Amino acid sequence: MSARGEVALDSMSMKYALGLADDCLVLAQRLGGYVSFAPELEIDMAVSNIALDLLGQARGFYGYCSVLDSEGRSEDDFAMLRDSSEFRNHLLLEQPNTDFAYLIARQFLFDVFQKELFERLSRSRDTELAAVAKKGMREADYHLDFSQSWVLRLGDGTPESRERMQAAIHALWPFTGALFQPEEALGAGIDPASLEEPWRKVVAATLEVATLEIPVDLPQDQGGRDGRESPYRAEMIEEMQEVQRAHPGLEW
Amino acid sequence: MAPSTVVDVEELLESVMDPELSEISIRDLGILRGVRDEDGVMVVTVTPTYSGCPAMGQIADDIAEVLEGADVAYELRTVLDPVWTTDWMSEKAKRSLRKWGIAAPASVGKVERITCPQCGEKDTEVLSIFGSTACKAMNRCLSCLEPFESFKAI
Repeated sequence: MSARGEVALDSMSMKYALGLADDCLVLAQRLGGYVSFAPELEIDMAVSNIALDLLGQARGFYGYCSVLDSEGRSEDDFAMLRDSSEFRNHLLLEQPNTDFAYLIARQFLFDVFQKELFERLSRSRDTELAAVAKKGMREADYHLDFSQSWVLRLGDGTPESRERMQAAIHALWPFTGALFQPEEALGAGIDPASLEEPWRKVVAATLEVATLEIPVDLPQDQGGRDGRESPYRAEMIEEMQEVQRAHPGLEW
Repeated sequence: MAPSTVVDVEELLESVMDPELSEISIRDLGILRGVRDEDGVMVVTVTPTYSGCPAMGQIADDIAEVLEGADVAYELRTVLDPVWTTDWMSEKAKRSLRKWGIAAPASVGKVERITCPQCGEKDTEVLSIFGSTACKAMNRCLSCLEPFESFKAI
């Protein structure tokens, strides 16, 4: 392959990996913001553990981006010095921690997606992407155990818990369609459309057991990977980057 | 004379302990994957237990201290694949864990009750699959009623 061809391929792989990295980092940051607000101490620990795993996965993907980047940006540059409009995460992940049901709904809808994605990505011909996915696969299993068990408990719980769980599923559903939209840059990544059917199966089966309704015909928001952001992202990214922006290069 | 063989470096690294479990070496935990001589540079390979394990920074510092202190030219590499598994923990590490009150993990893929590190009974239950660190779960013994942590199988 010509040198130019390699650069083009690198930039495509980087764009894809950056989307995956941003998904993980943005959700980790959201979960981090919930710590100490959980209804039980055990949930605080679960939420912080899941955030930590996601942060580790984000680092894996950013590290790979850093190797591919023609500008030579580091992991930290990607996380701490890009503007919020440059993040490529799916909008689902930046939605706020409105209440515990929202946190669980967001986590569940993503965990099912991530588990399917990582299982396929772990067999990718791109060995770097495959390694991060392989490592994250069993972590995703544990995350899904947690979020799914809470969807069931809250859905098939009291009238109030059911109502709030249903409200959260409805509110976040419009952000799920974008998970399966074609990636502009795919490289050796996984075609998102291939994940939709397995995702839908697990989500539908879980909601049914949880006595929750599967939303139908809700208009779908298509933003995310293309750089469009919800009003919540800028505020969250600004808070996350505040120290690094005020004191460039500061280390702990 | 500076340590010059792979065996020398492996011996030096025996003294690098897990930052949270000061009697268990990173080698016995399976975090240290190997040492290789690449044209006189000792390539030390490590792998994290969980993706976000915050102890990896400290472990890298501890390796640096030991090897720089002995004038070893080295390079530290972190690899994710093959993925770390609790099956790599040595029997010695599992015994030490029990001494610290932390139950050893069940074998990956096997459904078995975890043995209580306090009383040795198998009548235990999992309270939460997420514990005080990324690699541990919280449990309770139904025999002696004590809560305890376990390394979670991965």
